[in-house]
Amino acid sequence: MAKFTFIGGIHPYDGKALSKDKPMKAVLPKGDLVYPLSQHIGAPAVALVQKGDRVLTGQKIAQAQGFVSAPIYATVSGTVKAIEPRRVVTGEPVMSIVVENDLLYEEVTYPPRKSLEKMSREEIIAAVQEAGVVGMGGAGFPTHVKLSVKDPDQIAYVIVNCAECEPYLTSDYRRMIEEPEKIIDGLKVILQLFPKARGVLAVEDNKPDCIRQFAKLVKEEPKITVASLKTKYPQGSERQLIYAVTGRAIHSGKLPADVGCIVDNVDTVVAINAAVREGRPLMHRIVTVTGDAVAQPQNFIVRIGTNYHELIEEAGGFRTEPEKIISGGPMMGFALFDLDVPTTKTASALLCLTKDEVSAMEPSACINCGRCAQVCPGRVVPKLLAEYAEHDDLDAFVAHEGMECCECGCCSYICPAKRPLTQAIKSARRMVLAQRKKK
Amino acid sequence: MSELRKVSSNPHVRDKDTTSRIMLTVTFALLPATAFGIFNFGMRAALVVAVSIAAAVLTELLFELCCKKKVTVKDFSAVVTGLLLGLNLPVSVPLWLPAVGSVFAILVVKMLFGGLGKNFMNPALAGRCFLLISFPALMTNFTCDAYAGATPLANLKAGVSVNAIDMIIGRTGGTIGETSMLAIVAGACILILAGIIDLKIPGSYLVSFVVFVTLFAFLSGRTVDGPYLAAQLAGGGLMLGAFFMATDYVTRPITQKGQYVYGLFLGFLTALFRIFGASAEGVSYAIILGNLLVPLIEKYTMPKCFGKGGERS
Repeated sequence: MAKFTFIGGIHPYDGKALSKDKPMKAVLPKGDLVYPLSQHIGAPAVALVQKGDRVLTGQKIAQAQGFVSAPIYATVSGTVKAIEPRRVVTGEPVMSIVVENDLLYEEVTYPPRKSLEKMSREEIIAAVQEAGVVGMGGAGFPTHVKLSVKDPDQIAYVIVNCAECEPYLTSDYRRMIEEPEKIIDGLKVILQLFPKARGVLAVEDNKPDCIRQFAKLVKEEPKITVASLKTKYPQGSERQLIYAVTGRAIHSGKLPADVGCIVDNVDTVVAINAAVREGRPLMHRIVTVTGDAVAQPQNFIVRIGTNYHELIEEAGGFRTEPEKIISGGPMMGFALFDLDVPTTKTASALLCLTKDEVSAMEPSACINCGRCAQVCPGRVVPKLLAEYAEHDDLDAFVAHEGMECCECGCCSYICPAKRPLTQAIKSARRMVLAQRKKK
Repeated sequence: MSELRKVSSNPHVRDKDTTSRIMLTVTFALLPATAFGIFNFGMRAALVVAVSIAAAVLTELLFELCCKKKVTVKDFSAVVTGLLLGLNLPVSVPLWLPAVGSVFAILVVKMLFGGLGKNFMNPALAGRCFLLISFPALMTNFTCDAYAGATPLANLKAGVSVNAIDMIIGRTGGTIGETSMLAIVAGACILILAGIIDLKIPGSYLVSFVVFVTLFAFLSGRTVDGPYLAAQLAGGGLMLGAFFMATDYVTRPITQKGQYVYGLFLGFLTALFRIFGASAEGVSYAIILGNLLVPLIEKYTMPKCFGKGGERS
């Protein structure tokens, strides 16, 4: 049964007013484009081109390596300048294909497609796989893997994650306002894979215009409904979303498909639609460039591989010198020490803040107030987990469900002592995962 | 390359609330009880409380300076400890007594165990119990300019009739801050509205107290009626203890179920001490004992995580 919300969560300042009324605008990259071979979960892609090769827009330049992987496509025409490690948003160097843009934007011609009705399940999934579609909400999990469930008849819900609960982000919002048909068409593609499933467009109730518009558009669609969810961070977190929509709850050891659910983000569904109906590979995504330090906050249609510098320029540069620049939202994004990184398939926003709240606050002793446990959507006790993490007691960390943390950041956000709880728990999780890998 | 910008792990935003703001709100919420104490017992009550606060803050400051630790008096937690201790003393005590109590509370109970957040007992209550054991005559002398003789709770225990209305308003003898149920509850409302405490502990504590005090009083052959229960609830340190000391973050269980268990246990102990104990009072020792059981309570009331049943609570 639908709950429309979950227990825990927070209400941070949402900052969406800065960019929510700015229509999507395409950005044509001028400089080099950088394509990291690993912009998804799973094995890195393998380069198909060599230094000096000329590539066209829409040409596959790297192919998937194994099933859990995804191919990568050139998003401009030009010459391969180098295949070398380049820094990505996490700060680490990743082997990347660098393409020198010839500013001609010459595109390949896409082979004609069969109509959707005539496509088999395998053909649909193959089209998604071939297009390099991955979860664009941030995780980057290859979408064709998600869609390849053992028993398609077990899937009862296909949920489009339209929550967009991260503060400041408006990319999904703009897509819902400007191109709702593409989202609904994409949902229909997925529904064709799962004959017994119902489609749900799950939107937070701070976007009533999207809810109204969707409701109008799906009035004649017997298999699609709109769910209005209570606005609360992290409503868009997969497990919390499934619970809010269906009342079914999964822990970290289970997949959504285990409780009959498939969840895909707005941009992912649009990419699925383009891949299956038009045979177009994943080449663009919507990026919100925002924050109080940006001259003109906007929502851009960005070709993957575009340098972040170009996005800032396109937004009119900085109004004030930002102390902190974040790729993604303020709750789960990555802080960048330098802007010279490429837009990847999972980059939802570029947030520039004049003041960095975090460095201005000094952590003090934990007073055991319990707020971290109250807001934790995973229903664990972050204060305890952070203590175990600080003492390197990984056994106790796991015993107290440390691996159930989804790293949403609610505990650090709410902590009156300003303790970096999420950070401590995150690093302990990494250590546990590394240990498990070794065994 | 341009200059490097600040980086840190997510999240990059923080709530506005801070430890010192919480402690200041608690101090503010204790003001009605403090003001009533001064009104009830005269200016000397203000002096006792002031000495108690000053000694608590100075002890923390000097300890941190001597040990070359970061000075944390700005967090106002020592103010809360000193204030609570002062409110738990009779007005007639010599002025060195609150100072000794505060030094014990801050130095021994709080700082020696690692400072704020590391103490396993409520420092103010531990300070009070230390004084009760060390200076029993001074600590149980409730005769002052305003009131003579025993406290209403002692009278109740001895079978002397008491005026429950006076007890609720607070026009009775007792410690400085405990007499007025109205003033304490007014302060508690501030804490609840500010989201600093909720009713889990005070609620379960008071309900359990009423149940057990009825049971025990009945067992010991007393007649239990409305005025008796009202006097038990309004008398002694129960209200101050239930709303301001049992709810102390550091020394109460962090688990939600554990908080109910803790409240139930405190109610049981308080009733036990009040009916069968040598003293008419029982709140301080009940909470101190409850503090000691917190790790055990937490161990057996750990919440279930999301997806294993925890999603519903």
